[in-house]
Amino acid sequence: MSTEVTTGTELLSLEGVGKSYGTVRALQDVSLTLRAGEISCVLGDNGAGKSTLIKIISGLHRHDEGRYTVDGEEVRLDSPRQALDRGIATVYQDLAVVPLMPVWRNFFLGSERGTRRWGGLRLDADGMRATTRDALARMGIDLQDVDRPIGTLSGGQRQCVAIARAVHFGAKVLILDEPTAALGVKQSGVVLKYVTAARDAGLGVVLITHNPHHAYLVGDHFTLLKRGRMAGSHPRAEISLEQLTTEMAGGSDLAELSHELARPSAADPRPSAADPRPSGPGATGPGDTDPSDPDPREERQQP
Amino acid sequence: MSTPDLLARDGLLDGRPAALRRLLARPELGALIAAVAVFLVFAVVAEPFLRVSSLGTVLYAASTIGIMAVPVSLLMIGGEFDLSAGVLVTTAALTSSMVSYQLTAVTWVGALVSLATTLAVGWFNGWMLGRTKLPSFIVTLGTFLMLTGANLGVTKAISGTVSTKSIADMEGFAACRWLFASEVTVGGLTIKATVWWWLGLLVVGSWVLLRTRFGNWIFAVGGDADAARAVGVPVARTKTVLYLGVGFGAWVLGQHLLFSFDTVQSGEGVGNELIYIVAAVIGGCLITGGYGSVVGSALGALIFGMASKGIIYAQWNPDWFKFFLGAMLLLAALLNAYVKRRAERGPR
Repeated sequence: MSTEVTTGTELLSLEGVGKSYGTVRALQDVSLTLRAGEISCVLGDNGAGKSTLIKIISGLHRHDEGRYTVDGEEVRLDSPRQALDRGIATVYQDLAVVPLMPVWRNFFLGSERGTRRWGGLRLDADGMRATTRDALARMGIDLQDVDRPIGTLSGGQRQCVAIARAVHFGAKVLILDEPTAALGVKQSGVVLKYVTAARDAGLGVVLITHNPHHAYLVGDHFTLLKRGRMAGSHPRAEISLEQLTTEMAGGSDLAELSHELARPSAADPRPSAADPRPSGPGATGPGDTDPSDPDPREERQQP
Repeated sequence: MSTPDLLARDGLLDGRPAALRRLLARPELGALIAAVAVFLVFAVVAEPFLRVSSLGTVLYAASTIGIMAVPVSLLMIGGEFDLSAGVLVTTAALTSSMVSYQLTAVTWVGALVSLATTLAVGWFNGWMLGRTKLPSFIVTLGTFLMLTGANLGVTKAISGTVSTKSIADMEGFAACRWLFASEVTVGGLTIKATVWWWLGLLVVGSWVLLRTRFGNWIFAVGGDADAARAVGVPVARTKTVLYLGVGFGAWVLGQHLLFSFDTVQSGEGVGNELIYIVAAVIGGCLITGGYGSVVGSALGALIFGMASKGIIYAQWNPDWFKFFLGAMLLLAALLNAYVKRRAERGPR
């Protein structure tokens, strides 16, 4: 396995990882390395394999190809608990928290603390409330009433509480699944602030998103996924926001699309533009109308 | 850090509205108001309702529901149903009686085998649920039907009739009766053993729910099982333990039926599972799980006890009792949904 260290110690790495659900290959040959104090962004469209990747890293699904190493040791994770025990915490967009439970109960869920007097059986409710308040304050979240159901908080606040929880419980790796997808501009900014706060605390962060602007604000490395395969892997120094946006938006696909959608008055002599060929089963993109510009990454998967 | 000072001051400042909001969002609030209302209605219309002896009768009726409403409400907060809970009580009584009788053993032997049986049924429900991912409605409907059939079938095969033979003259019966079916009278108020069992289960159940790590897990698996699993809560095991709790409650109530009446009718218990669920819902449990209270289930059981006996004291036609119960259920379910919405997106 790779031993090179640039920004920090290597926390986890994937090498040629793949996963199939029955006959559907959801992910193949994906490689990724995460170091401490680094934010690694995984970008991709819907169905690109982002959630499969996240599920493998966080222990919800087991990979069936390639190598997954944590702290230099190859692993096959069978449950989120095993991932958590190795310091890998995941904050999901839609299931970060249990909405009806109070903030402090959510904060300690799965890592509850007992009092000494009852042999650890009785919950140290007051201590947990105070710790929750402190941990949130340290992340810059000001919340007095930790007894209110967490569902009463805004989406951004909920994400922040979940991030603060992961940091508090000593996670080394934080995986964020579309943390800004359902949020407005301002709330997204707040969440990204806590993402960098987690990075500054020395965590390695895997940020899954389909928004290149959010990714470029905080990311140190960018991995692009397309139809279950890697479509690019760039350190920040090697790519600009414009390039990232273009690649993300479909690159040559987009160029074709704009070409096709162009007004017919912009005289196009080629007959193929009016007669797009179907591009094979499983194709989701626009018809391949320009044979002069074949994209090697465009090979369709045949299930 | 100056934050703690700030927190303390702010805590004081917004203490009152927070406390008020918390009171209004309490799951038991509706049940408490309903219980007081039902009490007042019968206190006015039924003169015997306020007698001390009536209180004992009402408490006894409430306890026979309440003993099961405690574990059923915990299970419901954990997001699941148990339709087999009613007939499992009968299974518990039948098993205890027939084992003791057939083996001519001390009645404790039958009682212990019965406990093992009810726990096994509870475990089976939980295991099936975790393994098959079928809804608990279907899984426990299956065990409900199987137990209903087995109760009748096994009893007929062994004793030749639909009821068990009396075990009143067997060794250990007196002690078992003391434990499960005795009564004490204090100043005209007769309190049956089931009331103590009920209170005991109530205290333990409420403490476990609100003050232990397992209680936190109950709320979590009922509120959002996937979120709970993602932070490492053993979802399937938590639910299985909740089914074991129902098994234990069924055992206690089954032993009470056996040791207070000597014999058991094998067809009993059908339909009671719904009354336990009604008590839990009236007590503030959300049908969908994740929210509710054990104390509320006790209030639900108490409303059941007051209404079922109050109707008799008021000399109303008891046929209307079920109508009343259904109306209460609907009102409670609506109120719960409202309280849940308030709790989730209440005023900031």
